[in-house]
Amino acid sequence: MTILDTAGPRAVRHRTARRGGPPVALARHAVALARRSLIKTLRTPEALIDVTLQPIIFLMMFTYLFGGAISDGDRHSYLQFLLPGILGQSLAMGGIALGQNLNADIEKGVFDRFRSLPISRSAPLVGAVAADIVRYLTVCVVILVAGAAMGFRIGTNPVATVAAVALAIGFGLSFCWLSVLVGMLVRSPGAVQGAMFMVIFPLSFGSNVFVPTSTLPGWLQAFVHVNPMTPLVATMRGLLVGGPVAGHLLPTLLWMAGFLVVLVPLALRAYSRRA
Amino acid sequence: MSDLVVRAEGLRKRFGRTQALEGVDLAVRRGTVLGMLGPNGAGKTTTVRILATLLRPDAGSAQVADVDVLRHPDRVRRLIGLTGQYASVDEDLTGRQNLVLIGQLLDLPGRDARRRAEELLDWFGLSAAARRPAKTYSGGMRRRLDLAASLVGRPEVIFLDEPTTGLDPAKREEMWGVVRAQVADGSSVLLTTQYLEEADALADEIVVVDGGRVIAHDTPEGLKRRVGGQRLLVRPADPARLPEVLKVLDDVAAPGMSAVLDTATGSRPGAATVPVTGDAVLGPVVAALAGAGVEVTELGLHLPSLDEVFFTLTGAPAGGADYDTPTTAKELV
Ligand SMILES: Nc1ncnc2c1ncn2[C@@H]1O[C@H](COP(=O)(O)OP(=O)(O)OP(=O)(O)O)[C@@H](O)[C@H]1O
Ligand SMILES: [Mg+2]
Repeated sequence: MTILDTAGPRAVRHRTARRGGPPVALARHAVALARRSLIKTLRTPEALIDVTLQPIIFLMMFTYLFGGAISDGDRHSYLQFLLPGILGQSLAMGGIALGQNLNADIEKGVFDRFRSLPISRSAPLVGAVAADIVRYLTVCVVILVAGAAMGFRIGTNPVATVAAVALAIGFGLSFCWLSVLVGMLVRSPGAVQGAMFMVIFPLSFGSNVFVPTSTLPGWLQAFVHVNPMTPLVATMRGLLVGGPVAGHLLPTLLWMAGFLVVLVPLALRAYSRRA
Repeated sequence: MSDLVVRAEGLRKRFGRTQALEGVDLAVRRGTVLGMLGPNGAGKTTTVRILATLLRPDAGSAQVADVDVLRHPDRVRRLIGLTGQYASVDEDLTGRQNLVLIGQLLDLPGRDARRRAEELLDWFGLSAAARRPAKTYSGGMRRRLDLAASLVGRPEVIFLDEPTTGLDPAKREEMWGVVRAQVADGSSVLLTTQYLEEADALADEIVVVDGGRVIAHDTPEGLKRRVGGQRLLVRPADPARLPEVLKVLDDVAAPGMSAVLDTATGSRPGAATVPVTGDAVLGPVVAALAGAGVEVTELGLHLPSLDEVFFTLTGAPAGGADYDTPTTAKELV
């Protein structure tokens, strides 16, 4: 320990002038903060269970346990139907951890440091969201590989498959702002999970994820038709298994834009208010 | 440029039903340390958070280096370093990663950010632990890393919220060395503490706060003059010998003072204290006690505790002075 007898290291007294305008600075800071989130993820790989083991369990449970009954014994065609749906559900669930982590960071005071730095207020949130790309990519790879092992066959081409993965990541990145917002509003990480489940379970079960919409009672069909999960999963089916895409893609993109337009400002405001 | 690098006037802040600040005024002179001394709940952290742009006051104004904290928080953030009361290091990152990240967020070029991190790790004796996640650090190491993080950008103004609470005496002295080095380097410091001893060791001026108000503002010397300087405390092994101890201590008392039984809140009974003028009295006291055959279990010089400071300044125990308002109520009638 040398503290007592030295005057301390002398270095640049003044901070270097900012390079680039505010958007460039925001991007640079967000990248640095995204790297921080990734380091944390790598250090605790068990935190990836919700985007690795959990989707596989859902896929196997529904294929082998209910699949026979639902599809009259034809498990393979049910798997072809189910997999894009499980992908949609897993993307929504994959965002929960983000809100929990942000909530824990704020409670622990880690964000106090960031708030006292001359960076954009939104940089810590944007950085954390950007790091979530890795989780949504993981969901896609895990589900496609596990599905292939169970007999799922992609019915389209590599371009459509890449488009499906890109859409999946895009959906994950826009829907996760709901989790960010909830993370700013509630008092504990556990509460984030509870609140998000209350939203995600109706969205994934009241949809075309597990059974065709036509098999549902009329009142439930009405909900299914206004559920953002429905066009997403329909688009995924078109891109991965085959069938119409265009008619489902537009509503999906509109939902994604809607999430961003509504949720991002709300989340940023809730973040600023949380002292 | 103003001589006052931090200025706060009439800061008020309410949390629900708690009036945390009732109008705090303070000023830090450039290149000096202002000590903010106060008990739990006095409003120290609230004041620091307002000055560091983390919290908006309900009323009042504040400037850092002539920049308005409420109007230009972004510019203020370029000037300050903050070490909060609770270590805000990222536990999953290593010590080095924590510091490099701060450097990057301060727009230091990559190489400079890494070099600055190494310098600080070395200076704070954390080089050996630089590659370990901060969650494996001891409490003292975390505090040092936290302080290092607030120094990455060589801030002009440093806010330290109870930087030595929970540190052992040796680490506390080291922390004091860090603070002095920063001031020698040209920084100005606002430091909160619950120890008069610490404020006395570091501060050029002290404000005493209680119940969200500044109740005294003085130099350490002035404050000690008001509350009494050093005291000698002696605890005999056998409480029955206290009368003899009191007699010995009376002989070395500062002019006009006399020895009394120690009644500071929280201390065990069975000790005697006396205000003294310096440590020259130690020799004679030890000799006298040995001559009388009095065995002692504790003997030492102390500055008055926070309790004693408050008792002298307000006539009430710490934390009690402003919470209930019977006096105010009476004045109003
Ligand atoms: N976020 C908050 N919500 C509600 N009350 C708060 C909040 N922050 C502070 N307070 C209250 O405001 C008062 C002042 O708190 P503050 O943390 O500023 O005190 P302090 O001097 O830093 O105390 P300590 O020595 O315990 O750190 C206390 O009564 C505290 O309970
Ligand atoms: Mg405090």
